[in-house]
Amino acid sequence: MTVNLALLLTAAGLVGVGTYVMLERSLTRVLVGLVLLSNGVNLGFLVASGSPGDPPLLYEYEDGSIADPLPQALVLTAIVITLGTVAFVLAMAYRSWQLAGNDDVQDDVEDAAIRRLAAADEASEGFDLSITATPDDQDEPIEEEGEAAGVAADGDSSDAGVPREEDS
Amino acid sequence: MLIHLLAGALAPAFVRLWGRRAFFALALAPAAAVVWAVARSGEALDGTRVEELGWVPALGMDLTFTLGPLQWLMTLVVAGIGVLVLAYCAWYFRDDEPGLAPLAGTLTAFAGVMLGLVWADNLLVLYVFWELTTVFSYLLIGHDPAKRAARTAGMQALIVTTFGGLAMLVGIIVLRVETGTYSVLDLLASPPDASGAMTTAVVLILLGAVTKSALVPFHFWLPGAMAAPTPVSAYLHAAAMVKAGVFLIALLAPALSGLAGWREVLLPLGIATMLLGGWRALRQYDIKLLLAYGTVSQLGFLITLVGVGTRSAALAGVAMLLAHALFKAALFLVVGIVDQHAGTRDIRKLSGLRRPMPVIAAVAALAALSMAGLPPLLGFVGKESVYAALLDVAMGGDGTGIAPVTAWFVLIGVVVGSGLTVAYAARFWWGTFATRPGVDPTPTRPVPPGMAAAPVLLAGLSVVLAFLGRPLTAALSGYADQFPPGAHEAYLALWHGIEPALAMSAISLALGALLFRFREGFAGVQAAMSTQASAERSYQATVRGLDRLAVEVTGFTQRGSVGIYVAVILLVVVALPGSVLVAQGDWATETRLYDNPFQVALGALAIVAALFTARSRRRLRAVILVGVTGYVTAGFFVLHGAPDLALTQVLVETVTVVVFVLVLRRLPEHFTDRPLARNRYWRMAIAGAVAAAFAGFLLVAAGSRVAAPVSEGFPAAAIGFGGGYNVVNVTLVDIRAWDTFGEVSVLVVAATGVASLLFIDTRIAGIRRVHEIPYPAGVTKQPTRPGRRVWLPGPRTLTPDRRSILFEVVTRLVFHTIMLLSLFLLFSGHNNPGGGFAAGLVAGTALMVRYLAGGRYELDEAAPVDAGVLLGVGLTIAAVAAIVPIPFGGAVMQSAIIELAVPVIGTIKLVTALLFDIGVFLIVFGLMLDLLRSLGAGIDRQVRREERAADGVAGARAPTGGIR
Repeated sequence: MTVNLALLLTAAGLVGVGTYVMLERSLTRVLVGLVLLSNGVNLGFLVASGSPGDPPLLYEYEDGSIADPLPQALVLTAIVITLGTVAFVLAMAYRSWQLAGNDDVQDDVEDAAIRRLAAADEASEGFDLSITATPDDQDEPIEEEGEAAGVAADGDSSDAGVPREEDS
Repeated sequence: MLIHLLAGALAPAFVRLWGRRAFFALALAPAAAVVWAVARSGEALDGTRVEELGWVPALGMDLTFTLGPLQWLMTLVVAGIGVLVLAYCAWYFRDDEPGLAPLAGTLTAFAGVMLGLVWADNLLVLYVFWELTTVFSYLLIGHDPAKRAARTAGMQALIVTTFGGLAMLVGIIVLRVETGTYSVLDLLASPPDASGAMTTAVVLILLGAVTKSALVPFHFWLPGAMAAPTPVSAYLHAAAMVKAGVFLIALLAPALSGLAGWREVLLPLGIATMLLGGWRALRQYDIKLLLAYGTVSQLGFLITLVGVGTRSAALAGVAMLLAHALFKAALFLVVGIVDQHAGTRDIRKLSGLRRPMPVIAAVAALAALSMAGLPPLLGFVGKESVYAALLDVAMGGDGTGIAPVTAWFVLIGVVVGSGLTVAYAARFWWGTFATRPGVDPTPTRPVPPGMAAAPVLLAGLSVVLAFLGRPLTAALSGYADQFPPGAHEAYLALWHGIEPALAMSAISLALGALLFRFREGFAGVQAAMSTQASAERSYQATVRGLDRLAVEVTGFTQRGSVGIYVAVILLVVVALPGSVLVAQGDWATETRLYDNPFQVALGALAIVAALFTARSRRRLRAVILVGVTGYVTAGFFVLHGAPDLALTQVLVETVTVVVFVLVLRRLPEHFTDRPLARNRYWRMAIAGAVAAAFAGFLLVAAGSRVAAPVSEGFPAAAIGFGGGYNVVNVTLVDIRAWDTFGEVSVLVVAATGVASLLFIDTRIAGIRRVHEIPYPAGVTKQPTRPGRRVWLPGPRTLTPDRRSILFEVVTRLVFHTIMLLSLFLLFSGHNNPGGGFAAGLVAGTALMVRYLAGGRYELDEAAPVDAGVLLGVGLTIAAVAAIVPIPFGGAVMQSAIIELAVPVIGTIKLVTALLFDIGVFLIVFGLMLDLLRSLGAGIDRQVRREERAADGVAGARAPTGGIR
């Protein structure tokens, strides 16, 4: 299949500029970049669909001369979804402006917390070294069981109610 | 098994009805299993009974169940002890015990799953049940979620056994690859040959069994699992779950015991576990933990036995399995009774329990003696055959090829381990029931006879079965005969005659007695030798190391900034496929410069517009330029021969620009200036790389298309069963209708998202029509006569400086035409350019025009309906259109072509895909309405509210949601 260079270069150019604009902090610019990118990709579909032809309207045109209809259907879907995406991101930008005074994309709070943990060489909150499932063996016979946060101290949930000396 | 699962599911209802007596009802399920197994004894012991059901043939996984001698024994053990434990639970728990219902259900379901594991013939199905027992055990151990130790213990058990389980799965699959079967029966019929892969499979499968049965170094989860209530421990950790590993090894031993890796793994680990478990048991003061470590030790013992792989060892192993289940369950139940009625489990505090609980003390004594291996109990019978079997192996290999040194080592290990067993059995009984000097007798409550019934029964069985040596041998030799005959014929009996095995028993008894006699000294020795190192510590160190690694890696890669994430993704796109692109080197593609000279012009225009967009520092200008690129794309579509596409693109681009402007009127005029100099070049570099990569991909991919396109059949299909002449439209609503359905669902979601982001409070989202505007006090409304009503009532609500007379006049002229055009596009879309999307967008444009002319009241006059209603109705119509063909015998979304003869007009051809298109139309129209109402009217109202708040008008409602 021969490739249409003009279309190809246009598509690549739109994709490039779209990427450049998208890598920014302002949500509006991200959105502008996204629209450019999607236009470029739609043109890319056109490149891949082959040579142009007659519109796929079979009342007027012959079956053999029409352009490939399947990429057109796919691109139509993409265009409409881009509309939905634009509307949604714009609403987000507006809300962000309402709450923070600007429409910049904030850095993620959770990720910052993990980076602090990594910098401090700590383990995450899900891990606690001080809790063991079994208590260590008793070294001195007179030692109270109470300090081991273990099984013996907790015991069964069906305590008969008789007071016991252990605690956890 | 299904009965069990059903009972488990119904358990919460039972518990609510009957409280703790529900356990009796639940005990019926395993009782049924016992009855069934006994009824089938004949055929089970002679041969093997098989039942098959297909399940997933593609994976080779079918529900094949067998009942051979080994399975029969395990069924009786699991189900029988299950009955007793469930009955015991009725006395153990209080009626208002928190979490009783889930516990009852889980325990019953666990029994069912364990039985499934025992009966399974297909190894994959066995694995499924294996993991189910892990899950249920996790639920049971962590039964009281408030206790941290219980949660930790449950998690530990889960992780360790699941790790083993996954290794086992890999081993099973390798086994299948090597032997071609998942079925145990096939494996037993034709044992596989040795090879490197088989060794790997064997080691992996053993890893699963080893973790499940708590062998060194995975033994630490079992004592931790004592956080579960005692009946649960009695069932899971004495009779059922840990026996799964032993069962698996016993099951596969005839086939796999000769392979390299089987004995090498099992024997050392088994002996080490036996000794370590016994050692640690002697240091425990909590009798439950003592039993736990004792179980660890006994499991090592059992695994050693069934792993040896001779006929006599197999018989001995299975006999010991039975004996262990009986005495361990009895002992655990006794611990539960003591705990409940004396209030403590610490042997330093228990004293003089022999008097208030004589029956229990006697039962515990019997069970402890069975554990220690004294006549005339089943434990003794088992141990005798153990020694006999191991002596055979030590004396001449007994057909196994084990070196004598190893065999003697195993034998001595077993003897020493038995000695330790005697010692801790004595420690248990003495510590619990004897009178301790210097300690007051512990106050106890009387024990209800029903509760004591279970341990009594179990201990009684230990005694009775000891005398039934011959029948027992006959029953179990069905399993043991799978091994080649050994040096001596093995049989179970109380008295074998004066044999070296008897001497071994005597030696171990003497050793145990000595250890008990000098227990203080021994405890001192143990204390001196104790270290902090333990398997659990290394497990925790491993888990912590993993956690640290995760934190470091996440901290390094997750920077938190969206820009960096996008940049990384794009760089990977450039790097990975890009490097392949460069490496493949085949760039020969035919290219042509243009199809139409206009394309060059349009392309240049698009690039220039894009570049100016990037440079633009004003928001509005950037948006307009993006719109230009959109229109240029539409131009490309026209040149290419895609009128539908061009129409939709133009409409969408217009709507996009208008929506952008509606929002941008509130945002600042300029983009925030930020010193971006250094970043700018990085971004340019990435953008350039991405563009080049994209061009390269497209060039090579498009240029290498040689096959005929899929859509060659579309035109014929479109006319044939689609009934339309616009192939693109038929594709959208018929051939690829599901894609469209997904797409409109996305639109519904997006519209809902926009509305939720804008309208925090539903009061603001209401529809206000012009006639609802309240008049200020003192003003009376003059009723308008018909014929003098103003159409476009909205503009009167705007301030004069915001009205545009030209716009209003044009709107009055054009609005109805646009609506008609929209309907025309909808109905004619099937044969001409148009369709649901275009029609919906055009109708939305009409709304837009009215809104821009007259403000938010005009919008509400134009469409006094909630956008959500439109979206919902549209989606429903689309769904109905999809399902409607089914009752008429068609496939989903199949179109029907109906030809109606109408008298005056002629024949009308109606295609039912129109219904789907109408749904799409309503959805797109609803989307537009929602956008206008949210981003147009909604923002208007917020502006108005802020103005009124700023003016301090009395009665203004307070601003909601953080508006400045």
